[in-house]
This record gives sequence, C-alpha cells and structure tokens, in this order.
Amino acid sequence: MSFRQPSILPGFGLTLGFSTFFLSAIVLVPLAALVMKTATMGWSDFVRVVTDARALASYRLSFGASILAATLNSVFGFIIAWTLVRYEFPGRKLIDALIDMPFALPTAVSGIALTAVFAENGWIGQHLAPFGIKVAYTWIGVVVALTLIGLPFVVRSVQPAIAEVQRDLEDAAETLGAGRLTIFRRIVLPTVFPALATGFTLAFARAVGEYGSVIFIAGNLPMRTEITPLLIVIKLEQFDYKGAAALGFIMLTMSFVMLLSINLLQAWSRRRMVAAGR
Amino acid sequence: MNVFKRSTLAACLGMLTLLAGCGSSDDAGRVTLLNVSYDPTRELYREFNESFSKRWEQEHKQRVTIKQSHAGSGSQARAVIDGLDADVVTLALAYDIDSIQIKGKRLGADWQKRLPDNSSPYTSTIVFLVRKGNPKQIKDWPDLIREGVAVVTPNPKTSGGARWNYLAAWGSMLRTELGGDWSKLDDPAAEQAVAAAQKKAEQYVTQLYKHVPVLDSGARGATNTFVQREIGDVLLAWENEALLAIKELGPDKVEIVIPSSSILAEPPVAVVDTVVDRRGTRQIAEAYLRYLYEEPGQEIAATHYFRPRNPAVLERHKDQFPALDLFTIDQVFGGWKVTHEQHFADGALFDRIYGGGSPGK
Amino acid sequence: MAGGPSKEMLAEIASRPGRDTLISSIVKYVFILLSLGFLAALLFAPLATVFITALSKGWEMYFESFKDEDTLAAIRLTLTVAAIVVPTNTIFGIAAAWAIAKFEFRGKSFLITLIDLPIAVSPVISGLVYVLLFGAQGWFGLWLQEHDISIIFAVPGIVLATMFVTFPYVARELIPLMQQLGNDEEEAAITLGAGGLMTFFHVTLPKIRWGLVYGVILCNARAMGEFGAVSVVSGHVRGLTTTMPLHVEILYNEYNFVGSFAVASLLTLLAVLTLIIKSLVEMKRK
Repeated sequence: MSFRQPSILPGFGLTLGFSTFFLSAIVLVPLAALVMKTATMGWSDFVRVVTDARALASYRLSFGASILAATLNSVFGFIIAWTLVRYEFPGRKLIDALIDMPFALPTAVSGIALTAVFAENGWIGQHLAPFGIKVAYTWIGVVVALTLIGLPFVVRSVQPAIAEVQRDLEDAAETLGAGRLTIFRRIVLPTVFPALATGFTLAFARAVGEYGSVIFIAGNLPMRTEITPLLIVIKLEQFDYKGAAALGFIMLTMSFVMLLSINLLQAWSRRRMVAAGR
Repeated sequence: MNVFKRSTLAACLGMLTLLAGCGSSDDAGRVTLLNVSYDPTRELYREFNESFSKRWEQEHKQRVTIKQSHAGSGSQARAVIDGLDADVVTLALAYDIDSIQIKGKRLGADWQKRLPDNSSPYTSTIVFLVRKGNPKQIKDWPDLIREGVAVVTPNPKTSGGARWNYLAAWGSMLRTELGGDWSKLDDPAAEQAVAAAQKKAEQYVTQLYKHVPVLDSGARGATNTFVQREIGDVLLAWENEALLAIKELGPDKVEIVIPSSSILAEPPVAVVDTVVDRRGTRQIAEAYLRYLYEEPGQEIAATHYFRPRNPAVLERHKDQFPALDLFTIDQVFGGWKVTHEQHFADGALFDRIYGGGSPGK
Repeated sequence: MAGGPSKEMLAEIASRPGRDTLISSIVKYVFILLSLGFLAALLFAPLATVFITALSKGWEMYFESFKDEDTLAAIRLTLTVAAIVVPTNTIFGIAAAWAIAKFEFRGKSFLITLIDLPIAVSPVISGLVYVLLFGAQGWFGLWLQEHDISIIFAVPGIVLATMFVTFPYVARELIPLMQQLGNDEEEAAITLGAGGLMTFFHVTLPKIRWGLVYGVILCNARAMGEFGAVSVVSGHVRGLTTTMPLHVEILYNEYNFVGSFAVASLLTLLAVLTLIIKSLVEMKRK
C-alpha cells in the first residue's frame, strides 16, 4: 500500500506541505521545548512528581469532570443545535449568536460570573441550597465551569451537519412508515455522528486544560477540588519549571492518547459507513 | 476571492501596526521606567508615580513616564527572571527578589542591604476581617479554630500574602507557648520547650487549615470570596488590603479585628541592576526608590494603608494603625530561605497538612 | 430489533398526519424548553451578571469606563492581535482541511490529533512553552537578547501564544464537514476540466461556507477572549502589553467592578458581529 490512495483532485502536496510546515512551527516546536524540559529531569524525579498523591487526585478530578462535562455538552449541545437549525421561535437568531460567548468571554469572567450565580447567595445557588446541593466550591462547580467553556464546540460542530441532513430523505422515510427513532438512528445519527464525536473530543480536550474559570469556582482544596493545571501553576510559583513541565507533559500525553483513540474510532466508523453505503 | 484579499490586507496592516509599535522609541529628554509590583500596591503606586514624576521634572527638567505591572508576587518574579525588563521591582516578599538574584542573576546578592530597613520602605501586618458586628466573637488567633468558624485565606503555594498569613498564625501561637520570650529560640537550654512549642504551633496551623473552605489563588480573590460570596466568618488579610476592602466594598458589611500579635510583613523594593545599566536608568531608578523613604512618599504609603517607617508620618496616622505585638520573619523563622524549605516547598509542612506530597510515602 | 413502536403503530401514525403534527410539536417544544433551560442556567445567567454589574452605576459610568486610556490601549491591542491571528489560522485551516478531507493517506488520524493538541494543552502550558523558547533562560534567550529583540513580554509573544491557542479551530470545523460532503462534485468538476482553484472556489467553498463562518467566528472569539496563555507571556505592563481579558482582570482586582465588567461586556458585542456576518452570508445566498 502506498502512502496515499490515488485521487484525481489536485493540491495534495501543496496543502499537506503547507499545513505540516505551519503545524510544526506553531505547535510542534514549542511542544518539543516542553518535552525537552521534562527530559532534563531524572527518571526517578519524574515518576515522583507525576505519581504524587495530590497529582493523582488532581488527574481524577480533571479528567473525570472533563468527561462528564463533555458528555453533558454532547447531549444538550445536540438538542440545542437541533433546536436552532430546525425550529423557528422568537429570539432564535440572538440565542444562536450568543452560543460563542463562552469563547469570547475571558475565562476569568466566566468563572467569576458562574460563581456569583451558583454560590449559596446566588440566583441559582440559593434555590439549590435547601436541597443540600452545593455547586460552587465543590466538584460540581468544576463540572459546571467546564461544561460552559466546552458548549460552543459541540453546538458549532453539530450545527452545519444537522443543516446538511437532507430533509427530503427524512420525509421519504417517514412516508415509508419509519418511526422517529428509526429515522433518528438510521438517517440523522449517521450524518451527525462524526461532527458530534468531534464536538465531544474538542470539548473534552479543552476542559482538561482549563484553568482560568475553574479556580474561581472550585475551592482549590488539595486532594479534593484541586485540578491539575492548578498544580502546574503551584510548581511554577516555586520556580520549579521542570516539575511544571513534567505535569504538563503527562496531561499532554493522556489527552493525546484519548484524542487519538477517538479520532481513530471516527475514521474507522467513517470507513465502515462508506463501505456500507456502496 | 475578495475574502482572501481582505484577510491578507488585514494581516499586512496588523504587521505594519506591529512594526510601527516597535519603531517608536522614546522622545529625547523623556525617560520611561518600569516598576514590576504585586497586586495590593496598585493604588499606592498610581499616586506615588504621579508625585515622583512631578518632583523629578522640577529637579531635573526631564519628563518621566512610569509604567506599572501588577500580578501575583511570585509570577512577577518569574517574569523578571524570564526577561521582563523591570527597572525596579517592588514585591511582596524578599524570597521573590532573592529568586530573581539567584535564578536570574539580575541584581547583586547584597540588594537587601542597599536601602534602609531591609529595603522595605513601608510595612504591613496580618489582621482579621470579620462580618459586621463580629457575630462569632472572634478576637484573637485561638478563636479561629473554634467549632463552626470558617476561615478564608488564599493558598500559600500561589500567593505571597497567604504565606504571611500562615506565618502570622504559626508565630503567634509560638509566641503564646513561649510566653512571649523570643530569646528562648536561640537559647540551647530551652531547646525542649521550644520543640514542644513548635509542635503546638504546627498542630494549631493544621487545625486552622481544616477550617478553610476555599483556598483562592490570590489575596484579592480571597477578599472577593469573603465579601461578595459571603463565604466564611473571618478573612485573614494584609492590614492594607483589609482597610482598602472596607473602603471599597462596604463599611456596612465587614469590620477589622486586630489580634494581640502578628507578623511584621516587610514588602521589599530593589533596583534591577542588569536592566538599569543597559537602559541607562540607574540614577532615576535609585531616586525613585529613595523617594519612597522620603516624607511625601511615606505619606502616600500611609494614605494607602501601608504602615510608614518614618515615625513622624506614623504618628500622624496612628488612629489607623493600632499598636500590636509584631515579630519578624528573621527573628522567628530564620529568614525566607529556611522558611520556604521548611514550610512551603514541595512535601514540606504545608503539603503535609493536606496529606499529599509527603516524601516518605 | 428496533426498540421503538411497532410497525403497525408506525404505519398508523404515518397515515394520521394530525397525530403526527401533535407529536412533532411536542418534540419541538420539549427541545426548545430543554435548550432554553440549559442555556439559561449556564450561559444567560452569567451573561446577565456581567451586564447587571457593568450597569450597576448607570449608563454614564458604563461609558465612562471606555474613556480610560489604558482600556483603549487594551482594546487596540486585542484587535491587532486578532487581525494577525485569525486570517493566518484561516488559511492554514482551509489548507489542512483540503489535504485531510479530500485525500486518503496513512497517518491521517495522527495528523488530525496533532492539530487538536493545542486545545488540549492547558493555557498555562501554552504560555510556558514560549517562555521556555524565548525567555531569558530559554533556548533562544541569549541570541534574542544580543540582537535586542523582544518576543516574550511584548506584542510578538502575545501574537504567538494566541496563534497557538486558536490554531485548530478553523481546520477542526471544516474537516468533518468536508469529509461528510464527499469528493464527488469536486471530481466531476476536475473531470470537466476545471482547475484546482476554480473547483475550490466554485464547488467546495459554497458547500462549506457555514462551517468556514463558524470556524472563523470561533477562532476570532477565542483569539479575543484568551486569558491564561497570554497572561503568562504578557508581563502585564499597563497600557502596553495588556489585552482586553487581562485588563478585565486588572480592573476587577482594583475593585473596579463596573469598569471590569464593562470591558467584558464589550466582548459580548462579538455576538452582534456574528449575527451580522450570518445575515450577510444568508443574503448572498439569496
């Protein structure tokens, strides 16, 4: 098998060459600096830093809360995207435009505003408090912050895909007597799935590294509500660049493996669909 | 396609703006100075810079613009180490300037001896901020670990101010245990008594952090958590921050409690040698710091709630700064280097309070 | 195998359009309610907090906030950075999406993952890597110092960090869309003798227009809103190297809540921009 399958379309060399070059300059060289910095510390030091009890607890929180947030985003992001594309209601366009706000708002502002809303004296927090639910300064607060910052990823990935689902195909299926669930499973989902998976992946990836908004709402208690990026900052405050790089490297590796598996899974499912379609 | 033309145009314009920005050097006869400082001094230096500029222009017929940079003390020190061209640094603790000296080699090892009073023109201390009317009746350090009292203080690993809080708590308990006699610390005969007292202090501080519901990353974050979110019963804060918070956030909401003893916090200042020598700004940078010690500078410090060194100025503001028993970090803890290793380094005492990072594990 | 309603029922539903519309509208309202509820708690409430705080001392104070010289400098800097970063990343995104979506080659998933990486890197680290490269103690630190070039704690560093952070957005928006659209139309165009660029502009671009718009909007929003990475490389010099998000933090830390949230509220104007761009694209279509 050759490096690539033949195609009559032009521009492969040019576009791939340009994007690889740019990728190397902007992303790979700086990340290489991180890896090299990590490499300057001995193996035993490295293991000690990254398997420290507090580091382990922080991975659990960072990755656990991120998966939860990305899942929430996938479900609600799909519903929101569907609503925005398919239904007409007053204020739709405005809401559509507001979806990007979690990106445009500096993370510190999102964190401060969310804490204000979900603290026990906040608009929503005061209604949750009687039920014994505390959001701000607990792990739930972390999930809330991570869900907010990841929301645009899912909605914006899924929106164009839903717009592409051919209405006539759905209508035809319905005329032929297919139920809603069948239509959803056989027509909508296959078209939207790659985009949804992308949205999930990106929302997850972004959540893992998030710092600015989380520190305001998390409480930051060691072993309990301390996220990994905070540990990195703590190392930096002590001028421990190597330790910070080591933790950064671990996060990078874990995220890379998860991203790669999801991307491989997606490529596989796409090939299967293409094969099934022919 | 016009979209591309437009974006290329925009990119070129952007680049031009950049180049233009780089090209505009200072006009002749005008000099700029960069003061890299920590968070709570924003208001102080805004007024001080104006006053100094006027004075300098009068005396030297030269206009001076002072640029300010504020952030957490530790990250500011790191920025200077990594190449931020600060003419002067005015930080929260001597440890941070020591780091600039050791890791960045940007100033001489004797920096703290170059100016009077350990190079700290003004001081502060750690006090309590409580809710109006002091409903939990918090008067002194032991009250903080009473059942049902929640204490807000930032994380000592990320905040310079929080380190002073921690040390104030530790030192005050030690002082009580030693009966107020610091000479015992150096007295070989009292070794056992001192060890027992240190143990007590450690237990106290451990207890104290069990009463902390939120560890913010910086001092102002903790103030906002306490005042705006209404979390906790008492906030440990710099005296200047507490007075400012009352002024800015509401005299109807919170009030100050002065404990019987606390630490003398000495925020140090220094000229960054490598930068002033390269930029040729040594004379003005040194004058700038000296002006902090002169009467007008001291007066400005006092109006921004820092305790002035000048006795006459202190006397004028004595209502604002009640007397309390103050101890220094050199006296009780043996300086910043030792303190950092014993208390705040990875796996040291503070980490052990939270059960993580103990090296023997 | 399908766990849904039985064939007979489906047939019955299909033959009774009135009932179907009823279910349709129930689904519709449930979806709208769920969307609004979720957004209200998570997005609208914080946004409202921003505006209420910004306006808490009246419109006059609100507008007063923008007269401050440092605030204006921060706005200018943010616009400059976005004007450099967004077009660059858009060109990269289109090139990468073309290579990845239109051709089958080995290591493609790996390449996509590398493009994703900046999203996964903690903002703290994205700033740190540039310090490791260009800082006084970094790889090129000495060389830069000898040639009197400043990157870190100056505008170039802020541009680089922002470029790193916003690098994947356009590409990531376009790749799944272009993959899903397939190559048939492009292949037809090429077979009929159209050139590469012509095929792209007349066949591909109209189809990916929405994806491209979203990608650029996201990239721009992120470029203007990035805080963590920029904070590490900025040096926080007031009026010189503070971007809007950093300035928001500075003002907040000065207990100037009105000014701080007023600047933050300015960033929500991007939503208005989004509205305009989308309407323009829609108009062109007609």
